[in-house]
Amino acid sequence: MQALYAQLLVGLINGSFYALLSLGLAVIFGMLNIINFAHGALYMMGAFCAYFLLNIAGLGYWWALLLAPIAVGIFGMILERTLLQWLTGLDHLYGLLLTFGIALIVQGVFQNYFGSSGLPYAIPEQLRGGMNLGFMFLPVYRGWVVIFSLVICLATWFLIERTRLGAYLRAATENPTLVRAFGINVPRMITLTYGLGVGLAALAGVLSAPINQVRPLMGADLIIVVFAVVVIGGMGSIMGSIITGFALGVIEGLTKYFYPEASNTVVFVLMVLVLLVKPTGLTGRAA
Amino acid sequence: MKTNKFITSLLLGTALGLGVSGAAFAGDKTVKIGALSDQSGLYSDLGGPGSTLAAQMAVEDSGLVGKGWKIDVISGDHQNKPDIGTSIARQWFDVEKVDAVVDVPNSGVALAVNNVVKEKNGVYINSGAATSDLTNAQCSPNTVHWTYDTYMLAHTTGQALVKAGGTSWFFLTADYAFGAALERDTTAVVLANGGKVVGGVKHPLNTSDFSSFLLQAQSSGAKVIGLANAGGDTTNSIKQAAEFGITKSGQKLAALLLFITDVKSIGLDIAQGLNFTETFYWDMNDQTRAFSDRFAKRMKNGAPPTMVQAGVYAGLMHYFKALDALGENPHDGVKVVEKMKSIPTDDPLFGKGEIQPNGRTIHTAYLFEVKKPSESKSPWDLYKLVGSVPGDQAFTPLDKSSCSLLKK
Repeated sequence: MQALYAQLLVGLINGSFYALLSLGLAVIFGMLNIINFAHGALYMMGAFCAYFLLNIAGLGYWWALLLAPIAVGIFGMILERTLLQWLTGLDHLYGLLLTFGIALIVQGVFQNYFGSSGLPYAIPEQLRGGMNLGFMFLPVYRGWVVIFSLVICLATWFLIERTRLGAYLRAATENPTLVRAFGINVPRMITLTYGLGVGLAALAGVLSAPINQVRPLMGADLIIVVFAVVVIGGMGSIMGSIITGFALGVIEGLTKYFYPEASNTVVFVLMVLVLLVKPTGLTGRAA
Repeated sequence: MKTNKFITSLLLGTALGLGVSGAAFAGDKTVKIGALSDQSGLYSDLGGPGSTLAAQMAVEDSGLVGKGWKIDVISGDHQNKPDIGTSIARQWFDVEKVDAVVDVPNSGVALAVNNVVKEKNGVYINSGAATSDLTNAQCSPNTVHWTYDTYMLAHTTGQALVKAGGTSWFFLTADYAFGAALERDTTAVVLANGGKVVGGVKHPLNTSDFSSFLLQAQSSGAKVIGLANAGGDTTNSIKQAAEFGITKSGQKLAALLLFITDVKSIGLDIAQGLNFTETFYWDMNDQTRAFSDRFAKRMKNGAPPTMVQAGVYAGLMHYFKALDALGENPHDGVKVVEKMKSIPTDDPLFGKGEIQPNGRTIHTAYLFEVKKPSESKSPWDLYKLVGSVPGDQAFTPLDKSSCSLLKK
């Protein structure tokens, strides 16, 4: 029984990464209608950014948490301005192919210079060590990851669903022409939204840098699972992707305990089941 | 109509085949080497482009080109998928007329390619794969397994740990041919030395989070957690084991297979004190340093060779020695490998050794310990030597090998 509690908690930790990443994807899909396959590569860039900040500029983890999402977010906005904006109104497939291509290029470039084994990144001084919870030893850093990402997820949800800015955004996706008529710069808002989604990916990257190796392929391994999370939660649904992210982390954790061989596939089995029963995803609205 | 075409192409093929063997009689001195590896995935740093470079350097250093030989090296990416590996190998033999396939990390791919090379009567110098099956149950007259194998890893690192008091084991095993072979060979050593195995989990290849598995290992109470995995899987296991306080609580990690690129990527802070075995390290003597210097200068990231890449170089150098002794390329894999087995191995990287009748190259294995950060003087100064095991004790003794080539 104790082991089970431990697995639940570990699942929750992994779920927080899924939640952060799928949240970014949901924001981008919901607002821009783009299936952002470059998300994994941008997550990886976030981790690398943290590494560069530490080893070149001498700025530690806390700075990276702030600066890496901004830097990668700016990179994302440049992408949106130069490439993605031309795809508005076209079929989803074009966006998917374009972002997939971008992901391959970015990963290839990093791999060319840094190899595939990855680079070390230490856990920050203040978050080292762990607590004995009785049923398991919880590293402080993992606890931090759960709490921090939960706060970020809820803040993003609040921003989009409960503020005036969010209302503009949602209105702009429904009817851009009308919103423009009210004097709101819709293209700029779209660019900033993409930047926000990308920034969330980079933030997840920084969070995972001390746990996983900083590797060029770290995002490629994760992005497929995250896509499954988004599909299960319902494309474009903010709360749906947060909840599904955490839930799937837990389910995957339990699989790792009961039948580890299937831990890579369980998410996809669930995706198939959900799509069979409810094609719009658990919380998705019919298009 | 279709049958006609088929017969024509068959005839054409036969004619071409005759042409090739005709050339062989005239003292054919052309050779084509195919370096088949994981060029972009988790094993690409330990093999990959570095292995192709090592093959290229072997061609340059062999001196055969000066003697009128024409030697080409081509490379391919098997993406860790046996089906892709075998189709590249088939194409290489059928279309590109490749004579020898080298490297091939990932035991699953390596075993599949082993069959293709045997069927096509090529030469197979495997450096990257670990499974000891290549020279046991699945041995082939066309195969030389150069650098290391799971039997050796179990009988060096594994044995040393059991003898040092690590009597109960829990395995984290990569769920494919390699992990299974390494777990099997290590289990045998643990049991033979009076230890026991209390449990294990099989994890999918390329897992990024090991915390669940590590917690299971922790609660098993085993004294040693055996990592029967490789590359990124091993580095993540080690890093996360440190995070979960496993090493501090007294359980020992057995990194059964660890490469220099892995140690580099974990960082000395966390990796320090780990014990493991390799058959090559760049900083062993003047010869290894000289080769590694030349190698690193040509690598994009300036990395010294891993033991796999060194094995590609040394294996090919020995192959060229055999070709030189034959005086021509007979394009007959079995014949060339027989010649390779008849010459004792002696090269600057692995020292003296021999290729046994089952295709296993034996040479000294070295036990290393990862240095403390304060002991490391340069970016790749990572190991200190703590012991060595002579080749005949480290690798499968011939009377224990299940290879069918030995039953005569």
